[in-house]
Amino acid sequence: MIDFDPSSFGLAHTYQKEDKDEINTLALPSAPQVIYKSLNGPTQINGGNKLNNFKHGTTTLGFVFKEGILLAVDSRASMGSFLSSEQVRKVIEINEYLLGTMAGGAADCQYWLAYLANHCRTYELKNGSKLSVAAASKFLQGILIGYRNSGLSMGCMIAGTDTTGQHLYYIDNDGMRLKGDIFSVGSGSTYAYGVLDNHYKYEMSLNEAVELGIRAIYHATHRDTASGGVVRVYHIHQNGWTKVHDGIDVVDLHYQFAQQKGLVGDGDEAKQRLF
Amino acid sequence: MYIPMNEMLKHFKQDVPTMANITHKSEQWSPYHDNSGTVLAVGIPGAVIVAGDTRLSNGYNIMSRDATKLSQLTDKCVLATAGQYADFIALRKFLQQRLQLYEFQNEVQASTETVAHLLSRELYSRRFFPYYTFNLLAGLDENNHGFVYGYDAIGSYDKMTYGVQGSGQELVVAVLDNQLKGYNKINKTIPQTREEILDIILDCFSCAAERDIHTGDNVEILIITSAGTERLIKPLRKD
Repeated sequence: MIDFDPSSFGLAHTYQKEDKDEINTLALPSAPQVIYKSLNGPTQINGGNKLNNFKHGTTTLGFVFKEGILLAVDSRASMGSFLSSEQVRKVIEINEYLLGTMAGGAADCQYWLAYLANHCRTYELKNGSKLSVAAASKFLQGILIGYRNSGLSMGCMIAGTDTTGQHLYYIDNDGMRLKGDIFSVGSGSTYAYGVLDNHYKYEMSLNEAVELGIRAIYHATHRDTASGGVVRVYHIHQNGWTKVHDGIDVVDLHYQFAQQKGLVGDGDEAKQRLF
Repeated sequence: MYIPMNEMLKHFKQDVPTMANITHKSEQWSPYHDNSGTVLAVGIPGAVIVAGDTRLSNGYNIMSRDATKLSQLTDKCVLATAGQYADFIALRKFLQQRLQLYEFQNEVQASTETVAHLLSRELYSRRFFPYYTFNLLAGLDENNHGFVYGYDAIGSYDKMTYGVQGSGQELVVAVLDNQLKGYNKINKTIPQTREEILDIILDCFSCAAERDIHTGDNVEILIITSAGTERLIKPLRKD
C-alpha cells in the first residue's frame, strides 16, 4: 500500500517507512545551533540579566523627498536602564552609495550590515556593476529569514542610490522587507512619526527636510527615555551620500526650539512653581 | 491538613504518589559566572592609560586578590576585560594566537583598529552562546593618539576616548563624564596632562572600591606610549 502520509511526500512509493527509521530529508541548512537556550546569567542587583541586555532603544527615521532621501538618527545606547553610550553611530556606512540604520541589537546590525557591505563589494568586483538597493535589501532579508526565531534583533533601514534612483527599504529580524516613503524605527518611533506625518511633503527642499528630520528626532528624544544623545543627519542623492550633521546635542536643540517659540524651556511655562 | 489530590499530583512525575516520583524545581546549571571587578581606559594624545582592579570574586567569595584583568596584545594595544574570568582567558588566548599568526604572515604587528575588528568578529561568532566578557580595547592609533574601543558581550563596538566596564561601571563612568568631558560642570576645566588623568583614575577606583563589593584589593595600571609600556600597582581597600 502506498503511504499517503504527508510527512513522507515524494518518498512514499520508493521507501517503506519502518519504525526504527527516522526520515530526515530536505532539511534546510540550519542557523548556528542555539546551544544554550536560556541565557540566564547570574542575577544582577538591578534585576537585569547582563548577557541579554544588548544595546536597545533608539529612534531612527528616514524619508524620501524630491532631492533624495534623508536619514536622521539619535545616538543613545542603553543596556537595561544603564546608558552604555551617548555617542553611538547608528548610521552605518555600507559603501559610498548605501547607508544602513541601526535599531535593536547593536552587534547584530553592525555585523550583518558589514556582511552586506562585503557582499556588495564582491558583487561589484565580479559583475562590474553596483548592486541595486532592492537587491542589497533582499539579500539581507534572506539572511534574516534564515535566522528567524534565533533571537536576532534588528530593525534597520537600507537607503541608497542606484541607476533607478534613490530607494528606502525597511528590514526586520522577522524577515520583513518593505519599500516605502517614510519610516521610523525604534522605541521613539511613534513620537517621530507624529512630527514627520504632520509636516512631510514630497516637494520639500533639502534644508526643510533636514530641519524636519532634526525636529522629529528631537521630539522623540524629548519624550522617549531610551533615545537621546546627539542627532546625526545623512542625505542620499544621486551621487551617493553626504553627512549633513555629525552630532547636534539634543539639549541644545531643546533650548533652541523653546527660544523660537518665545519660551524659556525650563518645563514650568505656566509659572506654577512646580519645583 | 487536607491537600486536594490534583494539587498533590502536580508534584509527582507519574500519577503514583510514591517517594520515588517526587520532583522539585531545581535551579538549572548555568555555564556563566560573574567574576566582576572594574576596568577602565582613557586615551589622550600620545598615550593610553588602562586600569583594572585585581580582585576576582564569585558571589560573596573572593577567589583571588591578585588576578590581572589586563592583557597586552600588541606593543600598542591592551585588552581589559570584566565579566567571566574563564571567558577572558579563552578570548585572550585566541587573540594572542591569532595576532601572532598575523605578525608572522604580515611581518608587522596588527594595528589597534585591526585588533578591534578582530575582537568584534570573534565575539559575534559566539552570538548564540556568548563570551560573558565586557571588553575594552585600548591602544594607540596610527598617529599615536590614544583611543578606547568599548564592546558589549556580543561584539558591537565603538571608538571612544574613555570607557569603563564591570561591576563598578555605573559608579565610575558618571565621574569620568564629569571630569573628562566636563558634563554638568559649571567651571569646565578638562585635565590635560597624564598626571592629572592618572589622579582622576586612582580616585575613581577608590570611589568604586568604597561602594562596590566586587572592586578592591589593588589597581593595576598600564600606560601605553609609543616609547613603551609602564606598569603601576596601587593598593585599594581589601575589605
